[in-house]
Amino acid sequence: MHIIYLDNNATTAVDPLVVEAMMPFLVEHYGNPSSMHEFGGNVANAIENAREQVASSLGAAHPTEIVFTSCGTESDNTAIRSALRSRKSRRRLITTRVEHPAVLTLARHLEREGYDVTYLPVDGNGNVSLDLLEEEMDEDVALVSMMAANNETGVIFPVEKAGRIAHEHGALFHTDAVQTMGKVPLDLSGGNIDLLSISGHKIHAPKGIGALYVRRGCRFRPFLLGGHQERGRRGGTENVPGIVALGKAAELSQAHMDEERTRVRALRDRLEKSLLAMPDTRLNGDVDRRLPGTTNISFKNVEGEALLLMLDRKGICASSGSACTSGTLEPSHVLRAMGVPFHFAHGSLRFSLCRVNTDEEVDLVIEALPPIIERLREISVFKD
Amino acid sequence: MAWNYTDLVKQHFFKPNNVGVLDNADGTGKVGSIACGDALKLTIKVDKENDTIEDSRFQTFGCGSAIASSSILTGMIKGKTLEEALKITNQEIAAALGGLPPEKMHCSVMGREALEAAIADYRGEKAGPEVEEDEGRIVCNCFGITEGKIRKVVAENNLRTVEDITNYTKAGGGCGSCIDEIETILEEFSDARPEQTQEKKKPKSPKLTNLQRIALIQEILDNEVRPILQKDNGDLELVDIDGLAVSIRMVGQCSGCRAAGLTTSWIEDKLKEIVDSSITLNVVEEGA
Repeated sequence: MHIIYLDNNATTAVDPLVVEAMMPFLVEHYGNPSSMHEFGGNVANAIENAREQVASSLGAAHPTEIVFTSCGTESDNTAIRSALRSRKSRRRLITTRVEHPAVLTLARHLEREGYDVTYLPVDGNGNVSLDLLEEEMDEDVALVSMMAANNETGVIFPVEKAGRIAHEHGALFHTDAVQTMGKVPLDLSGGNIDLLSISGHKIHAPKGIGALYVRRGCRFRPFLLGGHQERGRRGGTENVPGIVALGKAAELSQAHMDEERTRVRALRDRLEKSLLAMPDTRLNGDVDRRLPGTTNISFKNVEGEALLLMLDRKGICASSGSACTSGTLEPSHVLRAMGVPFHFAHGSLRFSLCRVNTDEEVDLVIEALPPIIERLREISVFKD
Repeated sequence: MAWNYTDLVKQHFFKPNNVGVLDNADGTGKVGSIACGDALKLTIKVDKENDTIEDSRFQTFGCGSAIASSSILTGMIKGKTLEEALKITNQEIAAALGGLPPEKMHCSVMGREALEAAIADYRGEKAGPEVEEDEGRIVCNCFGITEGKIRKVVAENNLRTVEDITNYTKAGGGCGSCIDEIETILEEFSDARPEQTQEKKKPKSPKLTNLQRIALIQEILDNEVRPILQKDNGDLELVDIDGLAVSIRMVGQCSGCRAAGLTTSWIEDKLKEIVDSSITLNVVEEGA
């Protein structure tokens, strides 16, 4: 069965060019970049090359602003811990209610450590208010952490402006940019963003590699203590194949950004328009301020897990914010923060497209979904 | 998270039996709510002369296992007297599906509750606010779960941990603020448990010789357990019986199945019930 993979905010296929770039470092060039011999030294050069690729893709001022990590979650944890330790006298953290668990779980943990955490609400379209951020700011805030775009709805947050507000009050600013990399350009030149997390497997590199941008001049405290790798900022022997892969994937993501913003967006729009033409549906998230490939649609009185099982049988991969799929028995924290009514929240479906998706795949989903919705509504106890 | 549903669950989800509402239903049971994420409406037709369930239909809003539990339940109750139907436990509903993942056991509980409600409705017993008051105060506010319901499910399923209770009732699965209270309820049960099992032990274990015991175990496995596993393309082999320690090996679909733990605890309970309450069941890994 042909798999129609429309779950690219969860993870992506590794680009064959990325595989090609990393393969030699799995097979031939296995040296340790910390070794004195040239065999290891060559590997160190490959890491520095990847660092330049990532820095230039992000528009960073200097390659040394990039620290390689194992994943987006490690980048987020490193960034937040580092920021709090370098603003020791300040005891507040401001973030949003709709962050990824990589930030939210840590934030809740920090509350238990005695930090005062403020979770900014979002409106019905999933947007955060900068006015609210401004109101919440005071001289006790150590860090503002706001995602660049939400993974469930695709809604893009005004992080450059939020960073400026944080700086006006002497706080640091971190953004989880795992979802925007290669899809939406970010401007680091204004200096408003101190720390920025990215992840390899969301941009067609393998799992197990991430990076953290640390603005030059921003004080940094390592999270993993160990050897002198990454100039002492992250102990542990480098994941060389992963780093090389991330460098290549970052470069490719820049090259493909125009396609994301034109062809992929058009595919998403066509899918969305057609699904929203069904009765009792709603779009979750701001129509305009969104990632080009993401759409989050709710089908009233239909349960998301049942929906995913039916789609799965046809080889269609998507995800849902329903309670049964969240692992927590409650529907998605993002949809609840937006005030999506239960009749709709349990029946949400997220499609996230990328550059490898085709018109034919979208056609198949448009054809497959309406009878599934109809069938589940027939079984459902709720009818109106 | 992808669930490891049995083929029976999938079959009853993709092609459910008895979907709908009976036009001239004698009893209607509706449980769950949209806020909780699952709800089930069961209508039954009763043959008044012999108090037998003639027919039933269901409508379910919920995940795959909720729909499958509803579908199989309609088959299980057909032709049963009301008294027989009321004896169906949520474990039997789950077992009929070849087992449910632990996190999904609440779907089988919902099925049993809908059946109780439908029969109560037929008998003119008031299901609703009064009954809820009887069940005591609400412990879990996120899902509206009462102390009475928690106690009932703990007793019927011999639950031991808060996680079990969440899997079976959802209580504690929302904000988590009631977990302390659930622990207190559990402690009361574990305090009461040793006496209960001791009381039961004596009258329930007839004296058997070793050979008789082995023959009885073999008979239960062959006649009552294996046919159910085989329906789901699984099976088991009896490896050894050493005193009260029974060793089996799961084969086919049963081996490596995520619901295997559930199946084996069901088998163990069965052996304990019929043969000896001190029986222990060991599952030997395939190939070992």
